[in-house]
Amino acid sequence: MTLTLRTVAKTYPGGTRALLPTDLDIAEGEIVSLLGPSGCGKTTLLRIIAGLETADAGASIRFKDDDMTHQPVERRKVGMVFQSYALFPNMSVRGNIGYGLKMQGLPRAQIDARVDEVIALCRLEPYAGRAITALSGGQRQRVALARAFAPRPRLLLLDEPLSALDAALRGQLRDELAALLRQFGITAIFVTHDQDEAMAIADRVAVMSQGRVAQIGTPEVLYRAPETAFVARFVGNSMPLGGRIDGDKLHLPGGTLDLGAPSDGKAAFVRAEDVRLAEDGPLTARVTAVTFLGTHYRIALSGATDDTLFCLHQGQSAPKPGQTVRLAIAPQSILTLTPEKAAA
Amino acid sequence: MRIGKALQLAVTLLAAAFLLVPTIQSVLAGVTVNYFQGIRSGLTLDWIAVVWGLYASSIFLSLGIALACLCVTLVIGVPAAYALARNPGRLSRAVEEFISLPLAIPGLALALALLQLYGSYKGFRMSWTFILVGHVLYTLPFMVRSVQSVLAAIDLKTLEEGAATLGAGPARRFVDVVVPNALPGILAGALTVVTLSIGEFNLTWMLHTPFLKTLPVGLADSYASMRLEIASAYTLIFFVMIVPLLLAMQWASARAQQITK
Repeated sequence: MTLTLRTVAKTYPGGTRALLPTDLDIAEGEIVSLLGPSGCGKTTLLRIIAGLETADAGASIRFKDDDMTHQPVERRKVGMVFQSYALFPNMSVRGNIGYGLKMQGLPRAQIDARVDEVIALCRLEPYAGRAITALSGGQRQRVALARAFAPRPRLLLLDEPLSALDAALRGQLRDELAALLRQFGITAIFVTHDQDEAMAIADRVAVMSQGRVAQIGTPEVLYRAPETAFVARFVGNSMPLGGRIDGDKLHLPGGTLDLGAPSDGKAAFVRAEDVRLAEDGPLTARVTAVTFLGTHYRIALSGATDDTLFCLHQGQSAPKPGQTVRLAIAPQSILTLTPEKAAA
Repeated sequence: MRIGKALQLAVTLLAAAFLLVPTIQSVLAGVTVNYFQGIRSGLTLDWIAVVWGLYASSIFLSLGIALACLCVTLVIGVPAAYALARNPGRLSRAVEEFISLPLAIPGLALALALLQLYGSYKGFRMSWTFILVGHVLYTLPFMVRSVQSVLAAIDLKTLEEGAATLGAGPARRFVDVVVPNALPGILAGALTVVTLSIGEFNLTWMLHTPFLKTLPVGLADSYASMRLEIASAYTLIFFVMIVPLLLAMQWASARAQQITK
């Protein structure tokens, strides 16, 4: 099912603008992630799509050809996975998964058949008869997903579905969730503040900041060609190279870099994996800390830029803290972007 | 340390004895042939039979009013608690305080107010529903608070949103999600209401008519006008009815509290 949003905005009674007018198009079967820091409006947008919040006047929400703008949540046929799962403690696993089908008024046999099918799909057979309170966090998460998916919703919405789990489990369930969503073949939107999660699961990611979509695109595009400084910082942790740009030269406290092409009035950014230790490099910096991370070292450097610059160094050894090193950054790995507005 | 423990035990036993001995004495009096001659005169169940003959209607009236009171407090109290839990704020708190007012006002004053206002409606004044109104006013806050505290402990809003996304309208959500999850609180509230209604004297004393005596009013009547053995036998019957209710109430409250934690 395609989803079309036009000028969807949300202003709270106090005057706080949680969401600025937003347009969004999601194609049939596409998995889109809303990614952003807390307070960026991503959950508000998701809840408006679900019908759990009402948008400001002038909004239009269409599910394929149906105008859903003024439909209450119970008529929108969306499946939703809540951050806290919101499983009904008074019902068993089966009862939870079958609830949406019961609401559709299906005959008993049909409900049972569909519940069995979804339970098998989500590999919940051993837990089908259990009480919700007897499940682990990961199991609850899968029951919540199964419950949302069982009534064949037009759209699946997931609000930080992995954030209630501990870190070790999260990574494993992330891949599992991605695989299940593909298997479902359903249009899905999920909200997260974790860029790894968004990139691992989504076909397209909408990076949100301060109530608006800053950029929407595939994970590769967002990573390699961020349009704004915010996206560059949030996706892939780009570091600002604070210095003076003069034609195609960037003058930094630790030396001068070649930009390859003139870019006046813009700010330069670089990612830690693109900062190289090189004996003939143009930048000078002092090592302040070295962290060994198994596959690589993470080296903190001062003196090259105004802030601390990080370098991911793959090698058999690393310089010691206090040592002075020389750095190189290839011109094509420097991102030149329009400077952020003050608040970001 | 040992002496401290022993002292503690002694004080506890003494306090218990202080309360229990008169109770046991009263119960014994109810099954003694002649109290003034003591146990020597023999044990009998005759007095209980006499009480049953004289006051059976009071017992049934009390049970009837208690059940009716329970129905009314369920129908009003559970939705009220739900509304208060879903809309927290200053207004809700004011409503909550207002509902709880009858707890602070002496039953006599409450009864007087009811008499002043409705006393002239003869049919109503003479009917058992007049007593029922008093009991509902007095017991409603217990039902509301008991249900509300359980509802406040669960993430009701999200649970309801979950049900709504699955296609449940407001009525279905109330029946399928709110009520089952509030059940421990409803049970605790229900037992409290029934126990209080059966035992309520203050208010009922003012509202009763000679033809409508509830259990405690009958008890006072028997104390005033019957021989001591009959009054004691009455106490015994009262105990037999109220103690299981009290125990059940404690059990239910403990369960409700587990959820609240």
